[in-house]
Formats: sequence, C-alpha cells, structure tokens
Amino acid sequence: MMNDDGNSLLKKLTQQEYQYGFETKIDQDTVPLGLNEEVIRLISAKKEEPEWLLEWRLTAYRHWLTLTEPSWAKVTYPPISYQDYYYYSAPRSKIKKPQSLDEIEPEIRETYKKLGIPLEEQEKLAGIAVDAVFDSVSVATTFRKKLSELGVIFCSFSEAVREHPDLVRKYLGTVVPYTDNFFAALNSAVFSDGSFCYVPKGVHCPMELSTYFRINAKNTGQFERTLIIADDDAEVSYLEGCTAPQRDENQLHAAIVELVAMDRANIKYSTVQNWYPGDSLGRGGIYNFVTKRAKCAGFRSKVSWTQVETGSSITWKYPGCILLGDESVGEFYSVALTNNYQQADTGTKMIHLGKNTKSTIISKGISAGHGQNSYRGLVVVGKNADNARNYSQCDSMLIGNQCGAHTFPSIEVKNQTGTVEHEASTSKIGEEQLFYCRQRGLSTEEAVSLIVSGFCREVFKELPMEFAVEAQKLLSISLEGSIG
Amino acid sequence: MEQSMLKIKDLHASINGKEILKGLNLEIGPGEVHAIMGPNGSGKSTLVQVIAGREVYETSGTIEFEGKNLLPLMPEERAGEGIFLAFQYPIEIPGVNNTSFLKSALNSIRKYRGMEELDTYDFLEIIREKMKLLDMSEDLLTRSVNDGFSGGEKKRNDIFQMTVLDPKLALLDETDSGLDIDALRIVANGVNSMRSPNRSMIVVTHYQRLLDYIVPDFVHVLADGCLVRSGGRELALELEDKGYLWLENSKEQSR
Repeated sequence: MMNDDGNSLLKKLTQQEYQYGFETKIDQDTVPLGLNEEVIRLISAKKEEPEWLLEWRLTAYRHWLTLTEPSWAKVTYPPISYQDYYYYSAPRSKIKKPQSLDEIEPEIRETYKKLGIPLEEQEKLAGIAVDAVFDSVSVATTFRKKLSELGVIFCSFSEAVREHPDLVRKYLGTVVPYTDNFFAALNSAVFSDGSFCYVPKGVHCPMELSTYFRINAKNTGQFERTLIIADDDAEVSYLEGCTAPQRDENQLHAAIVELVAMDRANIKYSTVQNWYPGDSLGRGGIYNFVTKRAKCAGFRSKVSWTQVETGSSITWKYPGCILLGDESVGEFYSVALTNNYQQADTGTKMIHLGKNTKSTIISKGISAGHGQNSYRGLVVVGKNADNARNYSQCDSMLIGNQCGAHTFPSIEVKNQTGTVEHEASTSKIGEEQLFYCRQRGLSTEEAVSLIVSGFCREVFKELPMEFAVEAQKLLSISLEGSIG
Repeated sequence: MEQSMLKIKDLHASINGKEILKGLNLEIGPGEVHAIMGPNGSGKSTLVQVIAGREVYETSGTIEFEGKNLLPLMPEERAGEGIFLAFQYPIEIPGVNNTSFLKSALNSIRKYRGMEELDTYDFLEIIREKMKLLDMSEDLLTRSVNDGFSGGEKKRNDIFQMTVLDPKLALLDETDSGLDIDALRIVANGVNSMRSPNRSMIVVTHYQRLLDYIVPDFVHVLADGCLVRSGGRELALELEDKGYLWLENSKEQSR
C-alpha cells in the first residue's frame, strides 16, 4: 500500500513542469561553432583584451587539449561533443554602453520580471547591487556610485580586465589554476564574462552584491568567471542566482568562482541555482560543471559557502576552502534537490593547512522522482595544521521509491592534533508523516513543502533573508505536486 | 437519540489484503463521548484512522458525518469538516516550528470552512489561552513539532492542537499511554474542557483508568473487527474486573 502511495506521489511530482521555461528573443552576436585557437583569439579580440590575457587563454586551451573529461562522478550522460558548441555570444545592445536600467533592452528586463526579480524593484529594495549577466556579457550594473565611494570595485569581469588589469592579473587563476581540472582548463580558455569584486582594506560592503545568470542563446556554453577579493579586515556578502529558459538540447555550463580572503577578511557567498533541469523524462537540461574555490589566505580569514541547488540536469560542483591562514574558518551549507531524472554530485573540499583552522560542513540532499543525489566531500588536515577541526553532517531525504542518495566522504589526516567528525543520516518522507500533517488540515503539497523546508532549515538560516524566502519558494515550486 | 453526528454502517477495512474491520456499526449523537475498548490488535486504532481518512486502508461500507459520506474525502478535507485525531504516536517533524505548524493547520481548516485566515496576533491570543489550559511550557511552542519531545509532551501537544483546531468530532487514540498520573490529569482536563453539546468524541483506550478522568456516555468493546458489546460506563469497570478473556467467551452469545 505504501508503494502505491509513493508511486502516485511520484507521478504527480514528475508532472511538474519548469516554470521559468521561456526564451527571450534578442539578436545574438556569436563566434563560429566549435573550439580552436582562432575562436579563442576571436573571443579575446571581441573583448578587446590585453595580450597577456590572450596568452593565458591559449596556454589554458593547450593544456585542456592534453586532458580527458573526468568520469569519477556518480553521474551518467551521453558524451559531450565540444566542437558542437558556440563559445561566445553577447546580446547586441542598440546603445553602446547603458548608463542606467532604462537603456537595457525591454526583452531582457521582461525576462527578469518573469523571474520575479525586476531590477528596478531590486534597486529600490534594501540595497542590493545587481550585476546582471545576460548570456555572456554584463548588461547592467547598479549601485556603482555608492560602492565606488567606499572604494569597492564591483563590475563585470571584462570591465575589470579593462579598468583594473593589475588586480585581475594578480589574482586570476591563483585559487583555481587552469591546470586544476578539465572544466577549469576549458573555462580558462574560453570564459566569456562574469563578476569581479574587490573590497579594500577595512571596508565592510554595505549591501549584498548580487548577480543573476541566465542562459539564453541556443547551444551556447556558458563560461562565467567570478573573482572576489576581500582585503584585510574587509567584509562582503555575495549572492548568485540563476534560472534558464526551457529548451531541448543539453547545455554546457562550466563556471569558475575564485574567492580570496586576506587577514581577518570575511566572504559570504550564497547561491540559489535553478538552471533548467530537463523535462519530466530527463530530456534537455543544463550540465552544470562548476569549479568554485576559496582561499582563506589571511590570518583569521573566513569564507562561508551557502548553496541551494534545485536545477540542472547534472550538477558537478564542490565549492571548497583552502584554509591557509592560521585560525582561518571555512563553512559549507548546502541543499541539493534532484527530481525527475536530475543527477547531482556535489559537496565540498576543506583543506586545512594553517594552524587552528576550523571548518563546518552541513549538507542536505533531497531526492525525488528518479533523482540521484550524491554528497562527495574531502576533508584534509595537512601536516602543519595543528589543532585543525572539522565537523561534517550529511543528511539525505528520499521522496518515493525510485530515487537515490549516496555519500562519498573522504578524510585525510596528516596531523595527530586534528579533530574530524562526520555524521550522516537518511530519512524518507513517509506516508505516516504526511497523514499526520493532512489530518491537521494541510494539503499534501503544503505538507511536503513544510517537511522539506524543516529538513533544510539549518542551511536556509545561513542565507540572507530575501534569498532564504526565494530559496524556500523555489523548493516548493520544484516539489509542487510531488506527492498525493 | 437526536439526529446522529456520526453513523458508521457495515464498515470493512483491510490493509495489505488483511481484513481488520469486519462490518462494524456505530452511531454517535452530538455531545456524546464513546469509549472504545478492546484487546491488542482488535482494530481500535484502525477504526479511528479510517474515520480520519488514512489512505493505506481499503474500505467499504459507509461513514456518515453530519449526513455527509466521509469515505470519498481526503484526510485534509475531513479535518476541514471538523474531524480531529489525537495520535497514539504523534509524528515528529524536525526543523518545523511547532507554532507555525499549528498556525498553518488552523488557517487551512479555516480556509476550508470559508473563514478568514487569522493573522499572527489573533492566532497568538488563541494559543496563549489554550496553553494555560494544558499547562504547556513556552519552549514547546518554539521547538520543532514533537521533535525531541517526551512521550507525555507529545500527547499534551496533540491535545493542545485539538483545543486550538476546535473539532466537532475528536478521536483520541490511546491518549493515556505514556502519560504519568499528573500528565494524565492535565490532558484529561483539556479534553473535558472541550466537552460540549455540539462536540462528540471517540476515546480509544486499553485501560479503564482514562475513563475515570474522561467519563464516557457509552462504552463499546471491539474484538476481531466488530463491536461485540455496548453498554454504559459500568461496562468498562466490568471489563477491568473480568478481563477481555471474559469477552471472548461471551462473544458467541452476542452474535
């Protein structure tokens, strides 16, 4: 009987269509299909980049050619033909450089409206500066003035290359070198745009910084690159959120995020990821192969990653922290939801190198439909990392009988003074729990949403307020009609 | 008897092909408190769960509530109609605040009844009053639903929910189990405060002890899926005196 009930839940769950599936019509400015040195030169030229950056791209590309795609993740997908993608596209602005939101194409603004995040509203709302990435090029940057008064640089990556080449050159690839992995090398060769942020010494950034990514051009791989540097005693909170329109072809997305925290600096990086997950049969959807890493370079520096992953057909993502500075702190809070045929292989790496370093990992995986959810984590305590401490907690929740949850924790301790703790649990939304809620008058959907948000509470409370609300909404949407 | 509130006719219920209720009949008038007693596995819990709409059971027969057939209704609709089940084992929902859970529940039920939803202020006013009645400590409101509650706290929380949701038919499933004598008195107080000419109750219990506190108008004995004997308050005492075995022996006669 329980099985029947579970199955009917599943049926409804899998019928949930992606709400944000629409495509905006905008002229695309693309380079030829496929990838070779010419394409890279073209991308670099279009962006009017300095010679050193072109050379860096080419070196990365040549290195990429020597690599093979990794296959260790617990995900399956047909082979990717890297020559069948376009590696650059930019919306063609009628007006060269928009000075305000009024100058942005109405279609783009409409897109954001459909997503419920109108820029003009956000501008008015409690101090969120928005660097909106539409396809590959930034189209809007707000609150620039206020930030620049404080010396905070927050702009698109391309702009940073033009305006602050020394900073970019100093930090680019220092956290994720192009040799790091297959997708990192690819990104380094062809990255299109992204965000750049530098918070100078002693400055506490007065507003949450936020970027909305969106894939729009057909067959366009997205290769964002984000670099955030918090100098001594600086503090910044960065929000990243994204959704993508519905389409049939798989889309490759290989971003890099690098964070650098100097002495006593504090970076909080929050993500709500809602790329198109594919339809109920698993067709289409985004491949999200992301390398995110922070270097806690300074004494008592702190980096906190919070992610809510509800989208993508495949997620391959391990935001980590290199705890280099003594007494530095790394945190990872994650909710990953897989529904229908989504696959997520996600987790973190905490590399303790400095003395008295501390890390916390809280991972919540939710699997529904035929979803496969894996936590993969690495905790390393280096031989000089005296008194390093790690606490890991990995909880999985199953909805229905056809999904899977897996945990792959690795722990390497090379210093006897370290303390590493790992806790794990698996639970299932049971018929009994649902009956209890429904007997109290809640619909099945309300009950599921309630139980799931309770399960994720430890992570949601780490998100900035307005983001937490959005994340909870997203989770409810993703699970709507999941049971009953 | 006036127009009955609940009328159960020839109720059968089975789970995984095993029949638990085998043609049960029961009629309950408004304001009446009926106790259902019986040995382990006789189907007492099944009866109240089937009335509340638990979907794991296959059912046949009819359950009329205020003249309306309940069987096609979903559990949340039955809750909206005014049926409340106090669980034998209240479920834990980690991470979900006890107060906001109850507020969502109350507002869902109010919505079903076409009433306006309550705002936080009005809601808190209601629950403050009910909290006193059940001697609930503040911290039970801020904790997660039943998460880490003792057995007694869970039962008390369930009855607390009942007083807030204000049902027309309350089903109490072994509410006394796991309660010490002080907690039992408090819970019984809460239940008794809800007795009214418009509210009926079914009290499922193993022991007659509970019935010293919640005095029933009728006592029924459930054995092997049927009510084998019905009577007044004195039947419970007789049962306690003679045990269920006495019933087994007398079953033949009653059939």
